[in-house]
Amino acid sequence: MTQPADQTKTKPILRMKNLNKRFGGVQALKDVSFDVFPGDVLGIIGPNGSGKTTIVNSITGFIKPTSGKVYFKDKDITGKPPHKVADMGITRTFQIMRPYYSLPAYKNLVIPLFSPRAKRTGGWRGGGNLGNRQTIAIDILEEIGFERDSYIPFKKTSTLPTGYLKRLELARCLALKPEIIICDEIFSGLSMSEIASMVPLIERLQDEGITIVMIEHRLRELFQVANRVMVLNFGEKLIEGTPDLVMADEKVKAAYFGSKEVEEVMTYA
Amino acid sequence: MSSQHARKERIDRGIKVRSDGLYALMSLRELSYLTLPRFILIAGMMLLPVLMPDMYWQRVISIVCIYTILAISFDFLAHYVGLVSLGGAFFIGTGGYTAGILNTYFGLPPILTVPLAAIIGGLICTLMLLPCLPLKGVYFAIITLMYPLFMARIIEAFDIFGGTDGLIGIDNFSSAFVEQYLVVAMVLMFLSGIRRFVTTDMGLIFTAIMDNDQAVKASGINIAKYKALAVFIASAMGCMAGACLTHIYMWTGISQFALDFSILPIAATVIGGSGTLIGPLLGCLILVPVSELLRDFGTLRIVFYASILVGFILFRSDGIMVFGQRKYEQFERWTKI
Repeated sequence: MTQPADQTKTKPILRMKNLNKRFGGVQALKDVSFDVFPGDVLGIIGPNGSGKTTIVNSITGFIKPTSGKVYFKDKDITGKPPHKVADMGITRTFQIMRPYYSLPAYKNLVIPLFSPRAKRTGGWRGGGNLGNRQTIAIDILEEIGFERDSYIPFKKTSTLPTGYLKRLELARCLALKPEIIICDEIFSGLSMSEIASMVPLIERLQDEGITIVMIEHRLRELFQVANRVMVLNFGEKLIEGTPDLVMADEKVKAAYFGSKEVEEVMTYA
Repeated sequence: MSSQHARKERIDRGIKVRSDGLYALMSLRELSYLTLPRFILIAGMMLLPVLMPDMYWQRVISIVCIYTILAISFDFLAHYVGLVSLGGAFFIGTGGYTAGILNTYFGLPPILTVPLAAIIGGLICTLMLLPCLPLKGVYFAIITLMYPLFMARIIEAFDIFGGTDGLIGIDNFSSAFVEQYLVVAMVLMFLSGIRRFVTTDMGLIFTAIMDNDQAVKASGINIAKYKALAVFIASAMGCMAGACLTHIYMWTGISQFALDFSILPIAATVIGGSGTLIGPLLGCLILVPVSELLRDFGTLRIVFYASILVGFILFRSDGIMVFGQRKYEQFERWTKI
């Protein structure tokens, strides 16, 4: 884990202010505010239905928050359409992977490489020349862990195992040369060994200066990489702080395991 | 042999590998695997009008080509962009009327009206379909089905552009040769053009939108723009076909908004093989002449027609082209278990 960014000096790159979202009678988010600083790995955890994915969708423009503001580098991006948000450099992965199943893996990356942002930035490694997007795609896949000189990048996406699909999600973000990657449960559905190989990848991206927001249920691995953690429960922010601080908090334990009384009942039952 | 003692074995002939890229240059045989099917297609299409016995059947070939262009545009939208369009009649009618108006009111010759009808008609169709492009699902199909009815009623009710009589006395193509080969050339051009286009990087975006539009949005690409572009390409093709139809019959009227133009291309695509682009041509080559032969049966021909379609959907739902391609690339034999 690298040192947390000095939050007193740097300005937040992403800032949420009093975010509210209602789906009919359900209040999915209630006055959630938080800041993400450049170089952060912010973990967002919480029980099922606590509004984690709603936060991702509100930031990336897939849903409009009922009220509240989202700022990216002091610019109001609330309610901007997804492609504009992605164009600014805020990319996301999907909890349920969304590859293009009818294309081979490497052609999946031709699509982000075709975007206006990739044309400006020249893809993950820059270089500017996007003359042959399919070659660049294979290079990116190799860096993200698709074996070089194997047939795997050329296989139809529908035949790839989950581990590769999760990497492909990340690769799609990287092809845009992002400033922020929001990972929606990137570890879920992976085997222990697949997760073990994913953790160094996340750490490497952080070292490259990409700010990462991780929605996660796998706490052990999350606490390995995250320097700050925010806990949500029923759409409300419970606590925000370093992993150790959050782990020790009683409210968090209550939200995850039930209150102390419940725990006692469970132990004696 | 019964299936208890034997099973069917499917063996690849290796044609795909041997005729791929540089490998095709290894010998004449490899080269012919690649070129012969394409040669047969082009030569066959060129010869068709010559082989027809009389004017009537030459005309049928032209109609086949017009339906083929519509079917290719349907196949492109449905299987490479993911928009199911029932708008064949809309495209034909818009293109037909545009060409008719340009010819009668502005006196432009067919050589100008056909490309202009493609561009102007394509823009009109795209603009009118723009509102339903952000929506997913059945809306596009419904709207494209409603517009031809809408257009026909407007023309009828306001008695514009000749009203129910249509526009008569539109210029013919300069010669029978031009009339014949313009549509044939257009079919070959669109066929090879679209086949090439869908494999380019921009063509991949369309496939990606069909597969997963959310991921395309998350990749920083404005999907409405690309959907509009795809609709423009498809509708311009349809409008061009409509303009040719107008000049062939020297007439344009509200029957160009008839549903036949929407339904037959879809049936042809199903029969020929959807997603192959060449299948729609095969389907039209079968369906249009069959429906001409059955003309004596009057309205009963719909029954034959429907039977063919149901038969194909039941027994060969992947279509002739997919089936034929498999037979070309693989052979089957029974082996003992």
